Amino acid sequence: MSVLEVRDLEIDYATSVGPVPAVRGVSFDIEEGEVLGLAGESGCGKSTIGLGLLRLLPRGAQTRGRIVLGGHDILAMSPNDLGAVRWTEGSIIFQGAQHALDPVIRVGDQIVEALATHKIADGKEADSRAASLLERVGLPPRRASDFPHEFSGGQKQRVMIAMALACEPKLVIADEPTTALDVMVQAQVLALLAELQRDMGLSMLFITHDLSVLAEVSDRVAVMYAGRIVEAGPAAQVFTDPRHPYTQALAGSFPTIGDESDLQTPVGLDGDPPDPRELPTGCTFHPRCAQAQARCKETDPPPVAFAPDRVATCVLLEPETASVARTTP
Amino acid sequence: MNEPTTPIAPTMPRIDGSPLLEIQDLHVSFAGRSGLFGRKKDSVVARAVDGVDLTVGRGEILALAGESGCGKTTLARSIMGFTTPDKGQIVFDGEPLGKKLKAYRRRVQMVQQDPTGSLNPRQTVYDAVAEGLRIHKVPGDEEELVAQALSRAGLRPPDRFFLRFPHELSGGQRQRVVIAGALALEPRLIVADEPVSNLDASIRGQILKLLLKLRAEDGISVIIVTHDLGLAWTVADRVAVMYLGRIVEIGPTRTVLTDPMHPYTRALLDVVPEAGGRRSDLLKGEPPDPTRIPDGCRFNPRCPALADGTAAARGVDQSCLGIEPLLESKGADSEHLAACHLTQVTKRPLG
Repeated sequence: MSVLEVRDLEIDYATSVGPVPAVRGVSFDIEEGEVLGLAGESGCGKSTIGLGLLRLLPRGAQTRGRIVLGGHDILAMSPNDLGAVRWTEGSIIFQGAQHALDPVIRVGDQIVEALATHKIADGKEADSRAASLLERVGLPPRRASDFPHEFSGGQKQRVMIAMALACEPKLVIADEPTTALDVMVQAQVLALLAELQRDMGLSMLFITHDLSVLAEVSDRVAVMYAGRIVEAGPAAQVFTDPRHPYTQALAGSFPTIGDESDLQTPVGLDGDPPDPRELPTGCTFHPRCAQAQARCKETDPPPVAFAPDRVATCVLLEPETASVARTTP
Repeated sequence: MNEPTTPIAPTMPRIDGSPLLEIQDLHVSFAGRSGLFGRKKDSVVARAVDGVDLTVGRGEILALAGESGCGKTTLARSIMGFTTPDKGQIVFDGEPLGKKLKAYRRRVQMVQQDPTGSLNPRQTVYDAVAEGLRIHKVPGDEEELVAQALSRAGLRPPDRFFLRFPHELSGGQRQRVVIAGALALEPRLIVADEPVSNLDASIRGQILKLLLKLRAEDGISVIIVTHDLGLAWTVADRVAVMYLGRIVEIGPTRTVLTDPMHPYTRALLDVVPEAGGRRSDLLKGEPPDPTRIPDGCRFNPRCPALADGTAAARGVDQSCLGIEPLLESKGADSEHLAACHLTQVTKRPLG
């Protein structure tokens, strides 16, 4: 059974010029023990999805579609029931761990608070659980009595990971968990997340702009552009053999050291991601697409399953489907 | 530089590789402060730049890489003349830095990491670019100079951007405005501190291509400060790796990044994420502290080659703990240097 099932998710933000679409019809599943990577650039809607899954969006945001997390229909829940689901069914690790911790409460007490609120443990037992959680993320248990300012950036992110795991959630949403960290520390935190995921069999939604990180940590990857998933498939395949022109450009902008064709040859796309208030007609990527054709301006292409387990929304892939269909009786 | 791979190099008149900027034994330190509101000056001193020798050629693109706290930004700021060195000197175009600072600052321009922060939100694009021209009292038709600078930075047609405000532009366009402001002053050297790390992946390439174009067309030298070795691979002629205030390895991009000599460079390369690649040994611990630079080789507390006994097997472990290694070349490739006792012993045959 899927831990998470998302169907036709649409999210609009309320603005002074009326509702602006941030997520425009997104569907995906996360199986037990699976890591799904959600990639895309700023404004593509990936973080909105992460927050929307636990209904953490600002007031005024409109969410439509269906979200089923651990058997709970999230969009139909009352605020009280929702409080019980957060942390226990799904927890989230934010980008700015620095700001997510309360500066005047000892980190151990912050973990204990989460355990007590969800009636998982209290008193001595909660203290010892907090200590063992810190140990689990590579911090000495005695640091439970330290305040957040006594930790470095990477250590604070470890504390955040410990808190996210405190209530043994079915799904962990990690939104750019390593972006604000230094290179070496980033690698350490990624290695920790990968190890915890393996050992505890966690299901994860890993959100980042960095396609090369996703290729390393996730099983499957979904690439978003202007509120839609434009390509999805097994992580290694999407990174090494991208088929949507946008994914191709994105993958190309992460060079491989040692690859002579990348040496002193930066790759990038011209133009900018579209303004969600004025989305281009047809395929939203066509103004930046080097392979755009006349029909791309008119029709927004539907997802094409061009190979087993691979999907992309691009008209260029349509003839290939036909050949796939021919070869498979 | 006899690298055949630089496709643009031969056609350029002003790129002859002769030194434009020479840094000699540069030291910059900051005194720590303690007590309530930091009123007491204390004895703790952070040696942010701790003996750097570096030359940048005309029309050369040099990447300065390292973790946060390695001193790369302080070095960049000293090159700009923003901080006063304790020791050593900076020579630009044959003249030591110190006297004609204002004229120097016209020739050396800085591009910062965050274009939004570098631009005044209440200033139009025109005024942002013209500001430098006014400060330096550059003769000529201001409007024409601004238009030229914007168009060289890829904002065309330039007059369409004159009256725009920063919030009306995308991140990539803002960084182009910042670059246009630098270009208006006809710099010989651009110091770019993480120029693309605040930009989206697909936009980064545009800005890096622009820097390569400015080098090709105008022979502008560029120092790119970055933590991203992948970025260095796509633009730089040479890479210098800094650790705790010193350059520990320097050389042509291809050699340094595909055949590194220093264990620290190897560790940095190991953490570059790659599809399917599993990390081998990660360096333990946090970025090092410039107030407590270890004796001997400054990398020794984190050095994997010292920890696993490789250094001891080669008989250099005592040197690693007690003697500061110098930047030296290995074998014939005289442009590729590293400060490591281990590579210096391995270049001699065992006997």
